[in-house]
Amino acid sequence: MTWGLVFEQLLNGLQYGVMLFLMAAGLTLVLGIMNMVNLAHGSLYMVGAYLAVALTGWTGNYFAGVALALLCTLLVGMAIEVVALRTLYNRDHLDQVLATFGLILFFNELVSMIWGRGAQYASLPVWLQGHIDLFTGSRYPVYRVTILVVGLLVAILLWYVVTRTRLGMLVRAGASNRTMVGALGVNIKLLYTVVFGVGAALAGLAGLMAGPIYAVQPGMGELILIQVFVVIVIGGIGSVRGALVGAIIVGVVDTLGRAFLKPLLGSVISPPAAEAAGPALASMLIYLLMALVLAVRPAGLFPARG
Amino acid sequence: MITKRMLLWLVFVLVLVALPPLATVLGQTYYIDLVRRMLILSLAAISLNLILGYGGLVSFGHAAYLGIGAYSVGIMSFYGVASGWLQWPLAIGASALVALAIGAVSIRTSGVYFIMITLAFTQMLYYLGISLAEFGGDDGMRLKARSQFTGLVDLRDPVAFYYLALALMLFSVFLVYRIVNSRFGMVLRAAKSNDARTRAIGFSPYPYRLAAFVIAGAMCGLAGALYANHTNYITPGLMSWQQSGDLMFMVILGGMASTAGPVLGTFVLLLVEEVLKGWTEYWQAVLGPLLVLSVIFFKRGLAGMFYKPDA
Amino acid sequence: MLEVRALTKRFGGLRASDGIDFDVAEGETHAVIGPNGAGKTTFISQLAGNLRPDSGTVRFAGADITALSAPRRARLGLARSFQITSVYPDFSALHNVALAIQAHSGHSFRFWRDARSDPQLIQPARKILGELGLGERSEVLAANLSHGEQRQLEVAIALATSPRLLLLDEPMAGMGIEESQRMITLLSSLKRRHTIILVEHDMDAVFRLADRISVLVYGRVVATDTPEKIRANEEVRRAYLGTEA
Repeated sequence: MTWGLVFEQLLNGLQYGVMLFLMAAGLTLVLGIMNMVNLAHGSLYMVGAYLAVALTGWTGNYFAGVALALLCTLLVGMAIEVVALRTLYNRDHLDQVLATFGLILFFNELVSMIWGRGAQYASLPVWLQGHIDLFTGSRYPVYRVTILVVGLLVAILLWYVVTRTRLGMLVRAGASNRTMVGALGVNIKLLYTVVFGVGAALAGLAGLMAGPIYAVQPGMGELILIQVFVVIVIGGIGSVRGALVGAIIVGVVDTLGRAFLKPLLGSVISPPAAEAAGPALASMLIYLLMALVLAVRPAGLFPARG
Repeated sequence: MITKRMLLWLVFVLVLVALPPLATVLGQTYYIDLVRRMLILSLAAISLNLILGYGGLVSFGHAAYLGIGAYSVGIMSFYGVASGWLQWPLAIGASALVALAIGAVSIRTSGVYFIMITLAFTQMLYYLGISLAEFGGDDGMRLKARSQFTGLVDLRDPVAFYYLALALMLFSVFLVYRIVNSRFGMVLRAAKSNDARTRAIGFSPYPYRLAAFVIAGAMCGLAGALYANHTNYITPGLMSWQQSGDLMFMVILGGMASTAGPVLGTFVLLLVEEVLKGWTEYWQAVLGPLLVLSVIFFKRGLAGMFYKPDA
Repeated sequence: MLEVRALTKRFGGLRASDGIDFDVAEGETHAVIGPNGAGKTTFISQLAGNLRPDSGTVRFAGADITALSAPRRARLGLARSFQITSVYPDFSALHNVALAIQAHSGHSFRFWRDARSDPQLIQPARKILGELGLGERSEVLAANLSHGEQRQLEVAIALATSPRLLLLDEPMAGMGIEESQRMITLLSSLKRRHTIILVEHDMDAVFRLADRISVLVYGRVVATDTPEKIRANEEVRRAYLGTEA
């Protein structure tokens, strides 16, 4: 367990955290502003990944494929909002959970029908395939660095929009007091659709970036979605800042835990026991963390509503 | 006084009782298996209805207790303890304990947080199940032998097992009915109806909700033990959030906060699944939109079509 | 019976309660009046335990209850009716009251006996509903009662908890003239048997029922006195009564 290894895993953790953030930002805004639990958010992640694979193959060009995939995911997201989700804004959370659960079943099967149930291979263009040398001496994939950079750029862009533009002001106001924003004469329907669309695009971006690293298969969205829930609970509903902090924490803790808990345990208790307990404990780590945060701050670290 | 409701129940029970001999005579023993599965999952749905329908706790992690109950039986059987008298109380007890732990943390929160937290904890248990390589990990494990209740009932006899499942399901219906109309149940329902008012008259909802959560977990653990015996196979998938979602649909479709609701919902949902599975491999692509539509249009659930809900 | 000292509550920059001193003697009916936004409901909420004050103390029957939760205070004998009707819409009027009775008759961790027909709960509930003129409507779902009947139900529920102190937050909110008169008659019959804090806008009711009146303006008590003295008070007239009485 060298420092080089630790640093490498730390970078992995940040990269994973950044992807969690992209998902969490959209979800927490939809939750905070429209007060809607959207389980189908994971489906948009999956749609982004699948579309990227399909469209890069079809156009033969990575950039074109990725850009088109983003655009299409945005459109799919807005379509879902208009067709299925609009009626749910005034319903209670239970109804929203159930309805979006139904959407998940539909999308998973739809994807299976078109591409089959097996995993798809998402390829990378040559210029993203290399490694760079870290100062620690080890080599690190260029692609993962790219994800980190893209994610940070998006975070900065979001920060700018949310804190410095009029739209962002409406978003923040809506997150803390929905009815007031409506009363101020803002076109609520449009605001909702825009927010939802942006969230969908972010999820799609996370999905298409995830493709080459994780498996592109039916149900991939739900695996990450539940971790996104943990991020939002820790960060606080409605807060983009909370989503970022929560995502980094969860990403780093989860990655480092999976990498190092077993060897760490092995040095304290017997290796055979660590062999069994290590992975089990590592997978439970972020949920225990969530329970801990809730015990101290029941509304998360940065709740949007006072 | 015989009410319409009681008559409907009587007819329903009679049909269920008559099913095995009828199916055997007609050579369609597959239906005994099918309906037995519905009975067992009805038991799980009834337990969820207690906290969800009557208590207003949107627990997205109820399938965890199906898993705990099933694994309790499976693991004990793995280590050579085949007696149902030991396995099933452990299944119930373990589920109750875990429900206590999860509930104690989760019930302090409300709304969306509660939904997400219960989901997260169940996912945690799911990952725990996957990582236990000794018990099959992701693939799950076979049940070595069905739980033994020597002298009382032989679960290897499909008809005897069926009647046991039926009896337990009916008993749980009765149990929940008594609970929700007792003093305890009234407080639970009041807390769902108007939390602020309930506090204002002197009740703190937390202990009541937690107690209901534990009871529901325990009952679902029993369903898990039954399920392990039914399928002879135990996988972590029993604890998946998809399974939790299924359970919730069984409760909602049937009509929350009604005695017959969960049973009705389970039977209808599983029947629809059976029919769809016969049509196409991609039956979930049909079921998904059906569920969405049912949520959007079918507010009161099926039981609401037959009679008004309990006041 | 109730002693409030230096009660302060801030919401951001707004001082909803600004160092309030307040007393209620046993058997007294003490009204709290003030313009909208004066902080009356905030005040009641802090007395009932729904809000935590930033500083100050609340003493009830000699004991410090400042840190106690709302259910605890209710069990000690503080009953509250809400300004915005807060009953159980899907329960009948009878069961609404029966629940309140249940809260104060032994513990409720009983899982078997049917509480819907328990005479220990139902009989006192019927009696209270009768006293409030809702006897005929006991089987009606609370959601189907008229607005005035719902306000009466609010009071009935508060009474059912055998309270030592009644906190009534605008019991006549939204009522027409006839219903208000009925409510005033009802409340005056309660005067003899209960200690009451009454928040109201209806000046007719306030002057007929109150033994003492406190005037709340911008979170501060500007005057506490008998009704006649309050009516004559210059500062109060300027701040509030000039536009109402």
